[in-house]
Amino acid sequence: MSRCVTILASSPPTWESPLLNVADITARYGEAQVLQGVSLEVAKGQVVTLVGRNGAGKTTLLRSVMGLHRSMTGRVELDGTNISRMAPHKRCRLGLGYVPDDRGVYASLSVEENLTLPPKVGPDAWPLEKVYEAFPVLAERRRQAGTHLSGGEQQMLSIARVLRMGARMLLADEPTEGLSPLLVRQIGEIIRTVKAHGVTVLLIEQNVHFASTVADRHYLMAQGRVVESLDNSEVEQREHELLEYLGI
Amino acid sequence: MDALLQQLFNGLVSGSFYALLALGLSVIFGMLGVVNFAHGAFYMLGAFGALVLLDSFGLNWWLALLLVPIGLGLAGMVVERLFVHRLVALDPLYNFLLTFGIALILQDLIRLKYGVASQPYDRPDVLGGSVNLGLFSYPKYQVFVLIFSIVISVLVWLVLNRTRVGMIVRASTERAELTKSFGIDVRRWITPVFGFGIALAGLAGVLAAPMRAVNSGMGGDLIIVIFAVVVIGGLGSVFGSVAAGYIVGMLSAVGNLYVPALSQSLVFILMALVLLLRPAGLFGREEGVLA
Ligand SMILES: Nc1ncnc2c1ncn2[C@@H]1O[C@H](COP(=O)(O)OP(=O)(O)OP(=O)(O)O)[C@@H](O)[C@H]1O
Ligand SMILES: [Mg+2]
Repeated sequence: MSRCVTILASSPPTWESPLLNVADITARYGEAQVLQGVSLEVAKGQVVTLVGRNGAGKTTLLRSVMGLHRSMTGRVELDGTNISRMAPHKRCRLGLGYVPDDRGVYASLSVEENLTLPPKVGPDAWPLEKVYEAFPVLAERRRQAGTHLSGGEQQMLSIARVLRMGARMLLADEPTEGLSPLLVRQIGEIIRTVKAHGVTVLLIEQNVHFASTVADRHYLMAQGRVVESLDNSEVEQREHELLEYLGI
Repeated sequence: MDALLQQLFNGLVSGSFYALLALGLSVIFGMLGVVNFAHGAFYMLGAFGALVLLDSFGLNWWLALLLVPIGLGLAGMVVERLFVHRLVALDPLYNFLLTFGIALILQDLIRLKYGVASQPYDRPDVLGGSVNLGLFSYPKYQVFVLIFSIVISVLVWLVLNRTRVGMIVRASTERAELTKSFGIDVRRWITPVFGFGIALAGLAGVLAAPMRAVNSGMGGDLIIVIFAVVVIGGLGSVFGSVAAGYIVGMLSAVGNLYVPALSQSLVFILMALVLLLRPAGLFGREEGVLA
């Protein structure tokens, strides 16, 4: 067992009602239980990251929030509505924008079709022109098959897609993974812009330094549990310890 | 030379049936992940549908061309809702048992009423006689079948590649679960897509009635070739299925001319070659539907 697995009694700030409230979620793959009762909250307009080692259960948690994990138990609330039993497409229509860890770019759809596949679900849906202005490379290659883009471009496409649909809450699974520092910075910009527009973000991120530059708060996950809730100053103070803990 | 051209033309006409059947089979496989062994039986029902409409209701072939696909498409939707949708959660073996079972039941029901002898069905009057194609003259009806099947294939391709519904079908075919998380109710599209594939089989059956032997076994003979066509074209690739349909049609026809003994097996030799060299099929996923 590692050393920072002390469960803090301090709960996250609760002065504002949370947009996303996850309570006591469990999930398994076959016999193996990989989420052991996870609870967390994300307040409206906040950017919250989820950090943790490989295999901690971060992706499984995001999939459970999206409704893609059938064996899930527990409660998921979006803006006070219980969505625990809702089909994934309905959750999307309530404003959840999913950026999956494999980017979820379709080979049989053009770049533009990849962008316009999800219906518009919120009043702040970006028009295509705005998307293309923010991501010129997508405009250039709008007619090509989605998977003809480079890895970084596909990541942009995956994020642009949920902005286009007007999601009010982004669930982004390691959007910076495998990207060059330049692209990572660009994604940081995007997250800050999106936040400025009032969008809430739950972000899985292994790069704790990057996390502390974009997020308000952080949850540390280990072995299917949330073991700590940290703010930016705590992350800065304990960066070395956290890096070591995450095995990076 | 003339003989070769004429034989190629024969091949294209057979290919028209392959293309329409492979198209439906392919779309169904893509969207549901189900290999529909009953596809040939629905083709056979299409031909008998035209027969029944004429004999019992006096409705001509043109009306059959419209009504039979609609009727069979609706029947297909019922079959999907009652039985086929249960396959999703089950071992693929059940896929075979169920759809092959449906095929045998439909075939025997027709046999019960009509026996095994072929039923006559006349060509529609306007499509009687032949047209002069320059080098040779050819039955007008066959020319119509070829053009009609190409038009249908192009229309289906356009719907799949140029409309929102087509985009949803492509996305769901590629990754059903993910597509749900983008706000698409994938389940809602499965039943109509199955019905649509069946309607295409029915359409092919109506087209076959005036030029092929109409009997209870007509679908079973064809379906094996159709599977080979779908594999050659690339599972789930619409363009591939259609192209492979015409290619296989011409290949067997030309083979018939030069190596008659082999003509039945040529398609399977081609399938084996394709599987060896390009396991995803001639037009499989790598190239994408856009290519
Ligand atoms: N499809 C699967 N079948 C069986 N076990 C799985 C499956 N997917 C994940 N797991 C297991 O569940 C646990 C949690 O996996 P998960 O992908 O949620 O972790 P993660 O925190 O996202 O890891 P990473 O940082 O590598 O993305 C791991 O032990 C993993 O091996
Ligand atoms: Mg993960």
